[in-house]
Amino acid sequence: MAQIGRSMDVHVVESEHERTSTGLPHLKLAMWLFLASDCLLFGALISTYVLYRGASRVGPYPAEVFDIPYTSVSSFVLLASSLTMVLALAAIQRGDQGQLRVWLLATAMLGTTFVGGQVFEFTTFADEGLTLTTNLFSTTFYVLTGFHGTHVAVGILMLLTVLALSFAGRLPPERAMTVELVGLYWHFVDVVWIVIFTVVYLIPTGTPGGAQ
Amino acid sequence: MSERETVEPETTGARARHAGAVTRHPSPKEYVRIAIILAVITALEVVVYYIEAVRDLLIPLLFLFSLIKFTLVVLWFMHLKFDSRTYARFFVMGLAGAITLYLIVLLTFRVFGG
Repeated sequence: MAQIGRSMDVHVVESEHERTSTGLPHLKLAMWLFLASDCLLFGALISTYVLYRGASRVGPYPAEVFDIPYTSVSSFVLLASSLTMVLALAAIQRGDQGQLRVWLLATAMLGTTFVGGQVFEFTTFADEGLTLTTNLFSTTFYVLTGFHGTHVAVGILMLLTVLALSFAGRLPPERAMTVELVGLYWHFVDVVWIVIFTVVYLIPTGTPGGAQ
Repeated sequence: MSERETVEPETTGARARHAGAVTRHPSPKEYVRIAIILAVITALEVVVYYIEAVRDLLIPLLFLFSLIKFTLVVLWFMHLKFDSRTYARFFVMGLAGAITLYLIVLLTFRVFGG
């Protein structure tokens, strides 16, 4: 049974899990291992983007298409979703199903806003002549941000599944671990975006002619 | 964090529990504080991007801000600061492996050489 003791800033959480050789829940350990392997996936995609930045021989170039204020708002939205996710976890740990549902739904909606923003951005870029095969920048950019967007979309499906479990009465406080695992995945998607926002959008690149 | 909870949770249930399962997580108030810090740093990133005077320091500054945000999310929102260190070891193993591997790849292709 998950129980908490509360204080002003910290609460103690105890969750039941089966006895394991490591003394830790295998599911959580597996999730961390998966996230570690995902670091390699995104590392490869980010490195490829960096490797080919400024190497495009034809436009449009990054500086011509990026809309920093717009992408900044998207970043704020994803950061806000991380907050609502931890609030959902805190809610289930204290057995508050109503708050859990509110915060899970808020997280899913913020995630959907982020993905919607990305779809709009891709559509705008395509209208400006930047498609997947236009140049090296477009290929590496779409693959990297597309993979990230897919991760967010999968996260939204996980959130909605957990929300449905809650409505079905199959998510008691003892199963707070389920929300925690989804939360770990969601926060990882957030930290990957922190890196992408800096490396892809904010670091100047892509003047015509291939210079950085 | 001003004060720590001292009351240990009651022992219940038939199934065995482990010491590793008892963790201290931040309160919602602490989560909000961290989120505000993250929002402020993101705003700073965007502001710095537009200031011509710090153009030479732009890349180091952006990496510093990014590193702080990454660390805050991983330590507080993902609870690595509060959970068993085994999780941290797993994650750092993957992260360090990825950074090392791709840094070598980028250096091999002389990406940082101009």
